Amino acid sequence: MSVMAAGTGRRVSFTGLYAFLATVIMFFAAFTSAMVVRRGASKDWKGTPAPALLWVNTAVLALGSAAVEKARRDLRAADRRKFNIGWTMATLLGALFIVGQIVVWRQLRQSGVYLNSHPGSAFFYVGTVAHAVHLAGGWIAMLYLNVRALRLQLGPGRRTAVDVTAIYWHFLGLLWVYLLWLFQFWGNA
Amino acid sequence: MASRTESQTPARPKSFWLRYIFSTDHKMIGIQYFLLAVFAAFLGTALSALMRYHLVYPEAKVRWFGLLWPDGAPGGVMTPELYLSLMTMHGTIMVFFVLTTVPQSGFGNYILPLQIGAEDMAFPRLNMLSFWTTALSFAVLCAAFFVEGGAPLGGWTAYAPLSAIGGIAGPGQGIGMTLWVVSIMLFSVASLMGAINFITTLLDLRTRGMSLMRLPLTCWGWLVTAVISLFAFAVLAAAGILLLLDREAGTSFFIPAGLIVSDRILPNKGGSPLLFQHLFWFFGHPEVYIAILPGMGVISTVLSVFSRKPVFGYKAMVYALLLIGMLGFLVWGHHMFTSGMSPYSAIAFSVLTLSIGVPSAIKTFNWLGTVWRGSLQLTTSMLFALGFVSVFVAGGVTGMILGQPVLDMYFHDTYFVVGHFHMIMGVASVLAIFAGTFYWFPKMTGRMMSETLGKIHFFITFAGVYAIFMPMHLAGLAGNPRRYADFAQFDFLRDLTSLHKFITHAALLTAAAQLLFLINLVWSWRKGAKAPENPWKATTLEWALPSPPPIHNFGHESPEVVRGPCDFSVPGAPSDFLMQHEGERK
Repeated sequence: MSVMAAGTGRRVSFTGLYAFLATVIMFFAAFTSAMVVRRGASKDWKGTPAPALLWVNTAVLALGSAAVEKARRDLRAADRRKFNIGWTMATLLGALFIVGQIVVWRQLRQSGVYLNSHPGSAFFYVGTVAHAVHLAGGWIAMLYLNVRALRLQLGPGRRTAVDVTAIYWHFLGLLWVYLLWLFQFWGNA
Repeated sequence: MASRTESQTPARPKSFWLRYIFSTDHKMIGIQYFLLAVFAAFLGTALSALMRYHLVYPEAKVRWFGLLWPDGAPGGVMTPELYLSLMTMHGTIMVFFVLTTVPQSGFGNYILPLQIGAEDMAFPRLNMLSFWTTALSFAVLCAAFFVEGGAPLGGWTAYAPLSAIGGIAGPGQGIGMTLWVVSIMLFSVASLMGAINFITTLLDLRTRGMSLMRLPLTCWGWLVTAVISLFAFAVLAAAGILLLLDREAGTSFFIPAGLIVSDRILPNKGGSPLLFQHLFWFFGHPEVYIAILPGMGVISTVLSVFSRKPVFGYKAMVYALLLIGMLGFLVWGHHMFTSGMSPYSAIAFSVLTLSIGVPSAIKTFNWLGTVWRGSLQLTTSMLFALGFVSVFVAGGVTGMILGQPVLDMYFHDTYFVVGHFHMIMGVASVLAIFAGTFYWFPKMTGRMMSETLGKIHFFITFAGVYAIFMPMHLAGLAGNPRRYADFAQFDFLRDLTSLHKFITHAALLTAAAQLLFLINLVWSWRKGAKAPENPWKATTLEWALPSPPPIHNFGHESPEVVRGPCDFSVPGAPSDFLMQHEGERK
């Protein structure tokens, strides 16, 4: 339990977040380089065409990010009611995305595409699951904040956790766009 | 994280569990890391003693070998597989749980917040979680000794494909190897949590006046190491996931097509064993710097304090640290010169590798410059620091040899490499750990260590490590391959038997001498002379507090720093040292 000067806690939270984002980026960079090398190492590469649901999930994630951003701004403007509505929507959209991803994996399995079917499918599963695990972590934070929000424990002077979670959520959205490009365009090309 | 007011300052927890086990106090966590690593160090040393014994007496029947390892040593005679598992566990334990753990997590946790005038690490609960994840990781690794097939055989580098195909690759490559991978992934996560904490603490929680260029060099060592960890362990974690999936889920990331093992053709297709090497060494080489950079910080501080002189070229030392940290990410290919890489790549890796010699030489010359014409106080800590410089040079120059592809072609996989990396990575880091232990023990425990016992321990250890590792270079020159459990049966190596006997005897003696350190540690902790606040007349902030410091360190009275970290023998000053918060603001 630290005793810090006012404002230090907020700064610390952001620095910690950015350090964490750096390591997540590095993790996915290693993943990407493994994918590129593995594809070039052998002639057995096959893409993994995405089920249509994947695009719906992408839209859900984008909407979630928009809701997060709107809510964050509402909280800064001290509009708790709007914030609570927006944040709750974002939490629901986050859950919907995760459920949607689970359905995507099931659909792939039903069409005979397994983790060990070919390198393309292996990287697809690893990449999307790794993204979902990171996202689930962010979602737990979101849910926790949602409970606090509904108890009116947050406000313009108590919004560091909201800002940090929001940035993390946007980051995961961008990461998802990148992964989608990697799997659907580079992977299937 | 909400800020608190002074009246809310939490008191030291009364419960035993919160105070000593699940403590969030950085000082207790530092001690927990330190003790875990001391245990790991003795376990790792014991394993190496068994290996050395087996190398020169491969036929010996030792009853308790058979009792400890009924399958690995039937009738008390060690099998080559058991030898390889001891080697793997020795390397893994030493690299991760000793060299990575003490200098960064142990000393760093305890000392860093004190030196920058912070009350704790930035995320105390994350810090606790990081320690317990490390402890769990160690338990999982050690569990490999007790499962069917025993501990893994593939060395600390766990090269695919043998690490990726399961028990068919040999005893220990089944469940034992799975435990190894899980352990290393847990360790990676723990290190990442630690790195985030270190970086945030150093960037955001420095006291007033503590600019980056006034940081003690120890802090710079911890900062650069944390940044390296942040990038390197993420890559290791990615490699670990892919390896685990190859083992357990039938994927083919690292397993090539048509691989025949034990007369069986494996069904995998198209994987690349070299991909694993690239990922592993992209982590593995920076790992060397994770082990040594915090030690460099310790050595700079200790040499300066016991020479009563400022660190020579402080800024150059900082830039050299940064340069080493950066170059460390660009040289991983020099571990793979013999993997069939293009000669052009090899040249690039070679040039970059040799260029690390420049910042390393800057550091070495500045250490010499620091002690040059100083008023040397040959405390045990100082002796270990001087020993570090010696070993760092001795181990470093052979790196210049191995960094050249054409020479590495010959030396790769010989004892020359074993001698080299033990000197530069193992021994140098360990001597820095000893220097740091003798230096900070009074602050950590409130008691002084025995100097007499410490000096005896130093001289035996210092002579011992040269006696062990220098002859290994000669064995390597003679073409002696590493990783062999028994080389007496090869004609061309038979003449080296007496050399290996010498190494083994030196190793057993040096290992036994480490008990002196253990005795010193335990005895001094209980009965050592009471330590004053600043026994070494040092200048950094940890010495401005009682020994041991109170919980929350300076609390709200965090001092303002007005000068650099090593103002010794300042002309006109009342004493031969000025602490960082003493004197007029510059």
